[in-house]
Amino acid sequence: MAGRVLLIEDEVNIAEAIRFLLTRDGCEVEVLADGHAAVAAVARALPDLVILDLMLPGMSGLEILSALRADPVTVAVPVLMLTAKGQGRDREAAERAGVSAFMSKPFANAEMRATVRALLGA
Amino acid sequence: MPVSALTGSRLRERRVALGLRQADLAATAGISASYLNLIEHNRRRISENLLEQLAQALGQPVAMFQEGVGGAVLEGLRAAAAEVPGAEVDRIEDFAGRYPGWAGVVTSLQQRAAGLQRALEAMNDRMSHDPHLSASLHEVLSAVSSVRSTAAILADTEDIEPEWRARFHRNLHQDSERLALGAEALVSYLDTAGQADEQGIASPQEEVEAWLAAADWRVLDDGAGLASGAARAMARDLAAVMRADAAALPDQAFAQALDEIGPDPARLAARFGVDELAAFRRIALRPQAEVGLVVCDASGTLTFRKPVAGFALPRFGAACPLWPLFAALGQPMRPIETVIETAGPQGRRFLVRAFCRLRFPGGFRGPELREAAMLILPDHARTGEALAVGSTCRVCQRLQCPARREPSILTA
Repeated sequence: MAGRVLLIEDEVNIAEAIRFLLTRDGCEVEVLADGHAAVAAVARALPDLVILDLMLPGMSGLEILSALRADPVTVAVPVLMLTAKGQGRDREAAERAGVSAFMSKPFANAEMRATVRALLGA
Repeated sequence: MPVSALTGSRLRERRVALGLRQADLAATAGISASYLNLIEHNRRRISENLLEQLAQALGQPVAMFQEGVGGAVLEGLRAAAAEVPGAEVDRIEDFAGRYPGWAGVVTSLQQRAAGLQRALEAMNDRMSHDPHLSASLHEVLSAVSSVRSTAAILADTEDIEPEWRARFHRNLHQDSERLALGAEALVSYLDTAGQADEQGIASPQEEVEAWLAAADWRVLDDGAGLASGAARAMARDLAAVMRADAAALPDQAFAQALDEIGPDPARLAARFGVDELAAFRRIALRPQAEVGLVVCDASGTLTFRKPVAGFALPRFGAACPLWPLFAALGQPMRPIETVIETAGPQGRRFLVRAFCRLRFPGGFRGPELREAAMLILPDHARTGEALAVGSTCRVCQRLQCPARREPSILTA
């Protein structure tokens, strides 16, 4: 599969594992660790997919998602949300804010790759 | 021990259980069968002598027929009936008298269920609002996620480049260290919480409150024996305030004024020339005083809690926004008095008095500080309108409450 993915994740080792997996699948992966810079980076790069961690320094994943959905330039960019908090209220809030797909940590690599493939339409 | 009103019923139960005829038992005791019949139906009081004779004939100690049904058992049965409707409430005494063993079982099960519900509420409170626990769990989950993905890459990718392999080995090592530390922190946190108190004291404020409660709300020392430094510092400050209160409102004079005026903090404060919050503390923080007290700062955070039976105070998180305490916080220097009723099948009524004071410790150029207090007094009148309140939304049963912030776990 081909596609440009912007990964917003502050856990360096998790980001490295995801980058490795998706790069081998043919994606071009850019990694960003800070929430503040994320919204501008998405608007600038207009990636085919954003993978967004829920708990980020600076600005939470939910805030970033809401900002992306409020901007006509980024409103249609697919967003896959990752969280270590599991289900429940966070999941509901992400769904209300317009998340495309949702994945709980810890996730299986195969599940992650299949979800990304589906979101990229590959 | 006096003869119980249900002694006759117990005699009858025992006779029937032994398969004895009324006439035969009556003959043994030297009385007529019709008289025994009246006794067995609790329509004649039985003399001590006759009871001894009958008990002997029935092979049981006298006490088995004498023991009255304890108030606690009846109270427990009523509580159980309130939780699960359908029981014949008007026959509670009859049931308890005829089947004291079963009544005891129902009562102890009811107490156990209530205890478990309290424990569940406390644990839920802690899981939902404790930032230490949440941060520790997040740390462990993040490390586990990384280990899982990285290990799977190493296991599944046969043609992995040497640089990537080395990097992932390094990452695995880092994450396993992090996992060990996170797990250790979690275990140590849970262990400490368990040792601090049987109820799981989780914060310095709780430590101070438990210390004061153990001394029946008297200041015996400065809390030097408390476990945490934060609790010792808070205890020292509180002890100083309470000593100042005691000096301004001396025991004997205050007790006399309280008798005369009643628990009215504004009038007591005026009588002694002190600020109202000193009178709030003095009314509530006395040995044996069945008066609750909560104090909050301008953010609404509860900074002090003295519980009173029947009125649950939240340990973590925000309290019920309908408490008159918060109405007072928004209207400084105005006394607020309200009758409140707590949620639940056995809702209790209390008379509460709340007041908020402003302070300007930095003068004209400093910040305004607010402190509000609420006295919780048992309401013996039990009539008229009452404001429906709860403890905190998560454990409140008032589903339709207009002030609800989040769903209750009790309705799942």
